[in-house]
Amino acid sequence: MSTAAPLLELEGITKRFGDLVANDSLSMSVGRGEVVAMLGENGAGKSTLMKIIYGLVRPDAGVIRMEGRTLNIRSPRDAMAAGIGMVTQEFSLVETMTVRENVALSGVGLGRIDARQHRARVEQAMERIGVDLQPERLVSTLSIGERQRVEIVKALFHDCRVLILDEPTAVLTPQDVRALFVTIERLRTSGLGVLFVSHKLREVAEISHRVVVLRRGTLVGERVTQEVGDAELAALMMGSTTASTTTTTDTDTAAAAVGLSVPATNRDASSPASPDPGARVPALSLTDVTYEVRGHPVLDGVSLQVMPGEIVGVAGISGNGQTELTGVLAGTLAASRGRVEVAGQDITRSGVGARLQAGLGRLTEDRRGSVIPQLSVEQNLVLEDLPAFTRRGVLDGAAIRRHAEELIERFDIRATPTDVIANLSGGNMQKVLLARTLARRPRALVAAQPTRGLDVGAYRYVHGRLEDLKARDGGVLVISEDLDELRSLCDRIVVLFRGRITAEVAPAEATSDRLGRMMAGEVSA
Amino acid sequence: MSINLLAALAAMLTVATPLVWAGIGELIVEKTGVLNLGIEGTMYAGAFTGFLVALRTGSPWWGLLAAILTGVVAGLAMAVLSVTLGLNQHVSGLGLTLLLIAGCEFTFRMLYAGGRPKLDDKFDAWLSDVPVLEQHWLTYVAFLVLAPGTWWVLRSTGLGYRIHAVGENFEAAEVAGISVNATRYAALAVGGAFMAIGGAFLTLAVLGSFTLNIINGRGWVCIALVIFAKWRVWPVVLGALIFAVTDALQLQLAITTAFSDVPREVMLALPYVAVITALAVWGRKVHYPGSYLKAYRRA
Repeated sequence: MSTAAPLLELEGITKRFGDLVANDSLSMSVGRGEVVAMLGENGAGKSTLMKIIYGLVRPDAGVIRMEGRTLNIRSPRDAMAAGIGMVTQEFSLVETMTVRENVALSGVGLGRIDARQHRARVEQAMERIGVDLQPERLVSTLSIGERQRVEIVKALFHDCRVLILDEPTAVLTPQDVRALFVTIERLRTSGLGVLFVSHKLREVAEISHRVVVLRRGTLVGERVTQEVGDAELAALMMGSTTASTTTTTDTDTAAAAVGLSVPATNRDASSPASPDPGARVPALSLTDVTYEVRGHPVLDGVSLQVMPGEIVGVAGISGNGQTELTGVLAGTLAASRGRVEVAGQDITRSGVGARLQAGLGRLTEDRRGSVIPQLSVEQNLVLEDLPAFTRRGVLDGAAIRRHAEELIERFDIRATPTDVIANLSGGNMQKVLLARTLARRPRALVAAQPTRGLDVGAYRYVHGRLEDLKARDGGVLVISEDLDELRSLCDRIVVLFRGRITAEVAPAEATSDRLGRMMAGEVSA
Repeated sequence: MSINLLAALAAMLTVATPLVWAGIGELIVEKTGVLNLGIEGTMYAGAFTGFLVALRTGSPWWGLLAAILTGVVAGLAMAVLSVTLGLNQHVSGLGLTLLLIAGCEFTFRMLYAGGRPKLDDKFDAWLSDVPVLEQHWLTYVAFLVLAPGTWWVLRSTGLGYRIHAVGENFEAAEVAGISVNATRYAALAVGGAFMAIGGAFLTLAVLGSFTLNIINGRGWVCIALVIFAKWRVWPVVLGALIFAVTDALQLQLAITTAFSDVPREVMLALPYVAVITALAVWGRKVHYPGSYLKAYRRA
């Protein structure tokens, strides 16, 4: 750093939420023409810090300076006026407005807006940063990558000198990530400072000059990217939790964890007339499964088999039928055509309960939608198994408590049985859902985005459990947008494009470039 | 049978006027994602205070001003409940309506226990020689200023963009530097004023007196109109006209001998049936504003 004041400077930023210290006296800076990466696991305090910089959260203590001048940021409007632009993790676009109208929103006044003149300015801005979009398109018709470009145009439309990108690659295809990096480089060379928040080591190494690492609200390290290795960064990021993470993925403990007790009645219930174990009946079989919305197929003749002891991955850009595929399998959507079987049993027309009986386990995309938020951890754990915990028409509290305590221990859930589930972190909630589903010993498990939003520890933990299920001859179908996840976890990867399975690859041959092209619709990529 | 078409048409515009005022008031509020069920009470209070002040001062203009202020206060009360305190919008709105109607009725009975006071001076109709165009100035303002003005503001101004953004995705609005709560406060105050004008139109222009139950569900009709119109200005106007045309028709039909056997209650119900039918036909598959009924809390 030169002696001149850096572009953006944070000093002693502290923010507490009750007992939790989200940010503990953080200090850092971003210079002109510099890309600084902020690395940290989920819950490390990155998002809180971004919200503080952008005026969405007020810090308890600390100073923010821009070129040496102290700022008083009370709202996003103040942040924008100071030259700070932000692309939030969950996009902040109004879907029912056009691209141009969304760009206009930042710092919009009250008076008349000359649409024609404004359109010309938006087109100029898009050209300057190399984005090609029609200004009058409705945002609801744009892809995720396109929406992000709109966000960037929006952030830069006003005099912006520091651009903050909060987890910008979380939802992008490899091609979109490429395009984003090209844009960032272009902005950087024009003198902009960029703060790139991420938990993906590889991206950080590629795009940034400097990297700061956040752990549990504290800045634990600052390195020049070129001089630091992935291993060191990972160690910094995960800190003392590294040790516990390795133990949870250790296969011995993992195996012990799934060899768990399930109440006897429950086990009976989840073991229907079992087919001959010798014959290789697929754990999960889809034949010509089609799901139509108003005559338009969203799933179009999907045929797929998952054998016992196999993990099959479904790759694809969101919106190509993943959600519907999960729904048709889980029983929340009715297939228009085709046949779904679990371990040889036809469940195409079965209700959710019958599917569970047939040995289907589900880990759906919408984690919060899979629990009853106001109920406790133990109540949520037995939701799918109420008959097994009912005695003479009344729930057996003691049995439920024992069951919950056992699962909490085996699955390393950081909560007590009586905690309200809505208060759990994403990782812990996913562990609860995983415990609920695996306790039933499913023959086939459908796992949609099983690790989305989880930190590295929970991520590895979930993978360990899925691999255990595979080792016990369960079949797993993983629907994910995380290509690293699919490559490391799956035995086969199929690509879902516009509701059809258009390609299949072995993980070893699935480079991100190749998968990316397949996901974009190239059949023989 | 002979129905006087011109008279029916003229009556239609008069009947539609309070619905256009209050309907557009509700539309502005709902565009920011707030459902103001206080509309019925706000119209009632506007009609009452407008009448009361006009009676005491002898000027309908003071009455109109009083009605506008009443509407603003009612809108702000709704804002305190549903925006600042973040209470359930259904409960806040219904509570406000019940409170306002009961308060007005109580005051009215206390003040005018026996008699039925009438205004000496109410707003007169313009162009009294021309059929159909013989209307009150508030009718002209509703159709020629309020509706096109609101349409233009929502479509072509920064204010309109803000309202749209707050109603569809308030997190996005906040990130764009737009104050969600200030926008909602402003919309509730202005919308409340329009609702109250709609109510006051009945006492200050049409009747020249106040009767209990004077609004008679017109506020609820406006709630339906806004949904039927899918939160667009011109369909609200169209819906108000459809309601008015059936209302004007039933008035005309009621005085023709051909329908003398039909019970009066059935006739009176006609316009409401028309609105419900319209809602059932066009109001399905409605895209509600994204932040409809949601209170916004900053982290």
